[in-house]
Amino acid sequence: MANNTTHIIEYKTLSHILLILLSLTVLTILVAYLELGALTLTVALIIACVKSFVVMSNFMHLKYESLLLRIFVAMVYVLFALIVLITFIDYAFR
Amino acid sequence: MVEHTAHIEEHRDDEASKLGMWLFIFTELLLFGGLFLVYSVFRMQYPVSFHESSLELSVAIGAINTVILLVSSMTVAMALTAIQKNNTKHALIFIGITLFCAAVFLFNKYLEWGAKFHHGLYPGSELMQLLDRGHHLYFSLYFFMTGLHALHIVIGMTLLFVCYFKVKNKSINNKDYVLLENGALYWHLVDLIWIFVFPLLYLIS
Amino acid sequence: MSNGTQKNEYVSYLDYQGKYKGIMSWIMATDHKRICLLYMYTIMSFFFIGVLLGIMMKLEMITPGKTIMNAKMYNSVFTLHGILMIFMVVIPGLSAVFGNFFLPIHIGAKDVAFPKLNRFSWWIFVVGSIMAILSQVLKDGPPDTGWTFYAPYSTSTSSNVVMATAAAFVLGFSSILTGLNFIVTIHQMRAPGMKFFNMPLFPWSLYATAWIQLLATPVIGITLLMLIAERAFKIGFFDPALGGDPLLFQHLFWIYSHPAVYVMMLPAMGVITEIIPTFCQRQIYGYKAIAISSLAIAGVGFLVWGHHMYTSGMSDTARWFFSLLTFIVAVPSAIKVFNWITTMYKGSIDVKPPFLYALVYIFLFIIGGTTGLLLGSVATDVQVHDTAFVVAHFHYIIFGGMGFAFFAAIHYWLPKMYGRMYNFKIANIALVINFIGFNMLYFPQFIIGVQGMPRRYFDYPAQFQPAQITSSIGGFILLAGLILMITNLVKGARSGAPAPANPWNGSTLEWQIPSPPSLENFDEEPVIKSNPYDYK
Repeated sequence: MANNTTHIIEYKTLSHILLILLSLTVLTILVAYLELGALTLTVALIIACVKSFVVMSNFMHLKYESLLLRIFVAMVYVLFALIVLITFIDYAFR
Repeated sequence: MVEHTAHIEEHRDDEASKLGMWLFIFTELLLFGGLFLVYSVFRMQYPVSFHESSLELSVAIGAINTVILLVSSMTVAMALTAIQKNNTKHALIFIGITLFCAAVFLFNKYLEWGAKFHHGLYPGSELMQLLDRGHHLYFSLYFFMTGLHALHIVIGMTLLFVCYFKVKNKSINNKDYVLLENGALYWHLVDLIWIFVFPLLYLIS
Repeated sequence: MSNGTQKNEYVSYLDYQGKYKGIMSWIMATDHKRICLLYMYTIMSFFFIGVLLGIMMKLEMITPGKTIMNAKMYNSVFTLHGILMIFMVVIPGLSAVFGNFFLPIHIGAKDVAFPKLNRFSWWIFVVGSIMAILSQVLKDGPPDTGWTFYAPYSTSTSSNVVMATAAAFVLGFSSILTGLNFIVTIHQMRAPGMKFFNMPLFPWSLYATAWIQLLATPVIGITLLMLIAERAFKIGFFDPALGGDPLLFQHLFWIYSHPAVYVMMLPAMGVITEIIPTFCQRQIYGYKAIAISSLAIAGVGFLVWGHHMYTSGMSDTARWFFSLLTFIVAVPSAIKVFNWITTMYKGSIDVKPPFLYALVYIFLFIIGGTTGLLLGSVATDVQVHDTAFVVAHFHYIIFGGMGFAFFAAIHYWLPKMYGRMYNFKIANIALVINFIGFNMLYFPQFIIGVQGMPRRYFDYPAQFQPAQITSSIGGFILLAGLILMITNLVKGARSGAPAPANPWNGSTLEWQIPSPPSLENFDEEPVIKSNPYDYK
């Protein structure tokens, strides 16, 4: 089956996405230099998650892909999060 | 025995190819996920050492590398747009820029690692053995994570080189570009991993 | 899919002549049916080597202390036994063999989504297997860590741990790629009119299995890489002498290896779910429940790994959590057992070897499963952890379960794969011998395990000897039964009476095509029924 239904993302859109990503990168660095203590890690990870969401939705076309694929991606992240969480049930409660 | 000419038509299914690539990306996410799990356990146990050790890394180079990869992600996406618009010339330029960015990233990595090696800091070195727990673990993870990531950069570059030549000889074109799509997906994965590696290794406060 | 060629004369896939001739037509085969056979022959060979290693262990255990080998050799023997059986037999086993042959046929397709990738999976399987064999003969000696490679012993022992773990890494790739192939196949290549809930239940089980193969295997991949790095560079991730955390290794190891047991079990359950409706000539009871329970087992199965580590030093909260999840994951398995038995009720039962193997499977699986509950509960596990009880439990589940399901599958599908039939009487006799031998071999292990007999010990106090001798005799009886069974099957496959297309009056698609199938499976468009178990 020829693939001619993939949405074409314009160059301009792609460069806007890059700008968003670069801004978030700057933000990540700034946050590290603020004295947020224990929160720094959380914030940094949240920003990284946002960046990855932006990359996946736009650069990787997920925004235009089937719901099924998006569910799969979510599933993988949830699985990983659960594994980390459960491992920490051990380490945190020793 | 009846002899047939090969009639198992290589039935082209772009959706299947793309799904296959995404599934492979999932395996890579879990592969690095295991590493992130190890990292998080040891960071939780040695927060101060991890912070101190991270000061040895150059945030500047790390940030530059982050920017480089983000740009390269954009350019490979642009290459795909170009092919979809049947503009072979632009596609080749964009793939070329992506590859160039990748090479610069690797060069930076070489500089970073080189600096560490020069100071006697490398996996298995005497200095590493002398470090205390938290520092030793941090640097082990540093080399392991960035090393494995660099290996994936090389794999991604290889895929993109193949795409480059296929765009050149028109076997990737505006009617059939799933190979480039998949190569780009893999490249974005490499970028994704670094998006997490950068704050985790370079920005520990 | 347009059928551009006119209908050709039927040629079985075994006789088909393509681009390659002779042995190359096998090594270079992309036909999923040939790849099945390639896997089957390699896997059965490794199985028999594993059986012989088991027999060696049983010989050793006849007397306390050294009987035929010293402690170090015993360690190497059970390590190789585990590596062979786990990585080279039961994990690839049902998926790569019967999954490869029957998944495309069950969904009305002519092959898997990526036939060349399928071939590549087999090639890497062979490479990984060669590496595993090399680990036995290279200069540092065979690994003696157990197939579980626990740190710190695995990080410090001088044996060929690196080669063995590298072999497991490569074999893991084979598993991942097979899983990837099957997921895409099921999503993209079902025949028109076959929705997910029109598929037979074997593809459902393969689907759930494929996701586990895909997502869990990378975790052990990275773990083994770290183990290799630790050995090479003295890093200290896991070695407490270097300040490492051995428990972290166990976490990472079991995060894969527990889901891996569902890779073994789910296709086994899928096979049984195919056999029972056929030999009861009845609709399977609770189709949706069985389909969903496969997914549930796969999903929840990712979250229970700590039940292998109750005595290793985890927090109480973790032990409580894992125990709870372990009991939860037992529920979908129990649902399947209930549904199988209910299917039989008022069915028109045809007592043939596949059905008998399925019955034996259910019996052994129930024993294995319920003893798993005893192990899943922390308070009782503390008594039996690392004893022969555990050994008996997992052999009942893996061997009695997946192994006997594998035998059931061969007896069920051999006529389709080879177009020939085997001798039923001998098959049944072999089954009885296998059953007796199996229970004699493993049941005593439950008893002495509770009484304190440790696992992986070649020596033991005299009080355990009667049970050990019984167990060893059981091993020999089982060996005899296995040899009889295999001989009968090989003879049948080579020179048995020609088998019809549908010897068992089955309803799923493989029975609507000739035995053996032609190269592309369906020379005419298959008729897709909305209910795959369409018995009157």
